[in-house]
Amino acid sequence: MRTDPSVGLETRLALYETMYRIRTFEKRAYDLFLSGLVKGTSHLSLGQEAIAAGFGEAMREDDWSFATYRGHAHALARRVPMAAIMGELMGRACGLMAGKGGSMHLTSVEHHMMGSYAIVGAHLPIAAGAALTAQQLGTGQVAVCFFGDGATNIGAFHEALNLAAVWRLPVVFVCENNLYMEYTPIAAVTAVPRPAADRASAYGLEPIVVDGNDADVVLETAARVLDRARSGEGPSLVEALTYRHGGHSRADPGKYRPDDEVATWLARDPVLRYRERLLDGGLEAGVIEGVERAVDDAVAEATEAARSSPPPDPDLLYRDVFADGGASWRN
Amino acid sequence: MAQLTYREAVARGITQEMERDPTVLLIGEDVGAAGGAFKATVGLLERFGPARVRDTPIAEQAIIGAAMGAAMTGLRPIAEIMFSDFFAVCWDLVANQIAKTRYMTNGQVTLPLVIRSGNGGGSRFGAQHSQSVESWAMAIPGLKVVAPSTPTDVVGLLAAAVRDPDPVLFFEQKSLYATKGEVPDGEVVDELGTAKVVRQGSDATIVALAAMVPRAVAAASELAGEGIEATVIDLRSLVPLDVSTVAASVAATGHLFTVEENPRLCGWGAELTSVVADECFYDLDGPIVRVTTPHVPLPAADALEDLALPSPSLIADTVRRRIG
Repeated sequence: MRTDPSVGLETRLALYETMYRIRTFEKRAYDLFLSGLVKGTSHLSLGQEAIAAGFGEAMREDDWSFATYRGHAHALARRVPMAAIMGELMGRACGLMAGKGGSMHLTSVEHHMMGSYAIVGAHLPIAAGAALTAQQLGTGQVAVCFFGDGATNIGAFHEALNLAAVWRLPVVFVCENNLYMEYTPIAAVTAVPRPAADRASAYGLEPIVVDGNDADVVLETAARVLDRARSGEGPSLVEALTYRHGGHSRADPGKYRPDDEVATWLARDPVLRYRERLLDGGLEAGVIEGVERAVDDAVAEATEAARSSPPPDPDLLYRDVFADGGASWRN
Repeated sequence: MAQLTYREAVARGITQEMERDPTVLLIGEDVGAAGGAFKATVGLLERFGPARVRDTPIAEQAIIGAAMGAAMTGLRPIAEIMFSDFFAVCWDLVANQIAKTRYMTNGQVTLPLVIRSGNGGGSRFGAQHSQSVESWAMAIPGLKVVAPSTPTDVVGLLAAAVRDPDPVLFFEQKSLYATKGEVPDGEVVDELGTAKVVRQGSDATIVALAAMVPRAVAAASELAGEGIEATVIDLRSLVPLDVSTVAASVAATGHLFTVEENPRLCGWGAELTSVVADECFYDLDGPIVRVTTPHVPLPAADALEDLALPSPSLIADTVRRRIG
């Protein structure tokens, strides 16, 4: 076990709680999809929990998160209420955006969860823009932008990194490299072995590759790059290695992945691994079980709240296209 | 009153708003040290400094993305896309992100930003630097779309756009940059979504936008010599669309003509035509007629480009044949 004394027991337990919450929520979301209550599509973070948890723990409360369509984990890590997220997935009135966004667009400005973006790469320049605000107004905030390995080959990735570097913006780009862009291995379609880190030098940045399945490592890395951004030294690009336990989206069983590769990564399960670490460190099993029970109950409650929520008010169809609250394009 | 060119009016409008509100900033390619590709932002860097007037790389996704991120967190950015044709390389940010975010987040996110862009033909730049793309923007729910035709309107509508809480695409017509007009002294602020009647006549209503406005006025003068008096309306804004001003005029004249610089299909005039046909049908004394650029990419050669864009004589001819 890592013995960094700066990471206290309370922090470790918080990390575990967040990861376990994401894990339990995502499993429940999957079940609800199979039973027809969650519609459309959604992209789960099962297996990738440590990245959201580690950064979430390290970020200042007013730092901004920008996530992708695989964004439930980041909303949960920023403490967005579970019932609101579940309600959004189910298209209910209690949903985070009253059902107007859906799974791929979770946003809670109140929690500085500035959106989940469903067009690959689009949110990297947007996060840079938020960082521009922080720089311009001197707020000390940092924008953290999470994206998949697939985003490293799209133009917006390169445009955003260059702009952020040139303007020394307080933004942290976090590549969650789960080895597959959607169905195709990222290595098969990328000119360099490390899709994010091997591009860092092109923008004058340090190449950073970390074990994204180790919450302690993520936390430590996050603290370092956030501090760098906050002290005016500019952006960072972190490549966190991880693995999806399931397929790309609900429709994908992920059969294209070799069995031994799946087995190797399942053995590195970030949640189970951290649980063992806590036990090895002398934490009593009862304490951990207590945390787990509380999360299980909260997920059950959130599910029930969402399930019993009515569909959104029909009036919402015409609300909030424009800032006057309406949709009128003419007089 | 000061005599200003259309391009000087752009700088005047931006200056007015940046002096008023410290959260307004300008970003874009060559907008700072170079004063803009069309010299519409000359002097702003010297006046406001490099933190508020920022040159960017040639990276339209970065420019528009940064404007969006800045707007959603407390700034009021003015971003420049040098030629409106380049919207095609950052349309994701405009059409998918900026336009839809307020709606998708159930009103949580407000995006007070302006994207200025050099739009339209007449400069012999060929098919990829001459398009009138305002109708692209009009087709996306969530965007406001403005295209001024005079220096005063540039200042007033730009100020209104900067102060507006919604994203506004502000189309500056390139062939108008050198045109001059009197601009009132002091603060000039106009209202979005208001058309302007620039000429009164009882025989026909001609609705035009941006560079087509002076051409419609020239056509009306030509027709006046023949005893046909036309009203010319400068639409100024596509979203919000000032239907009332157009409808009131059609009720008086019984004839509607639209003059559009865009290629034929799905131009703003088609939408206006459908609204008028629907709501003012019994006021009409003849078919509604659209004058547009033909449905072709714009050619570079002056002889061909001039043939493509609606000319005063084509406009006058169209009106004359229909109501003469």
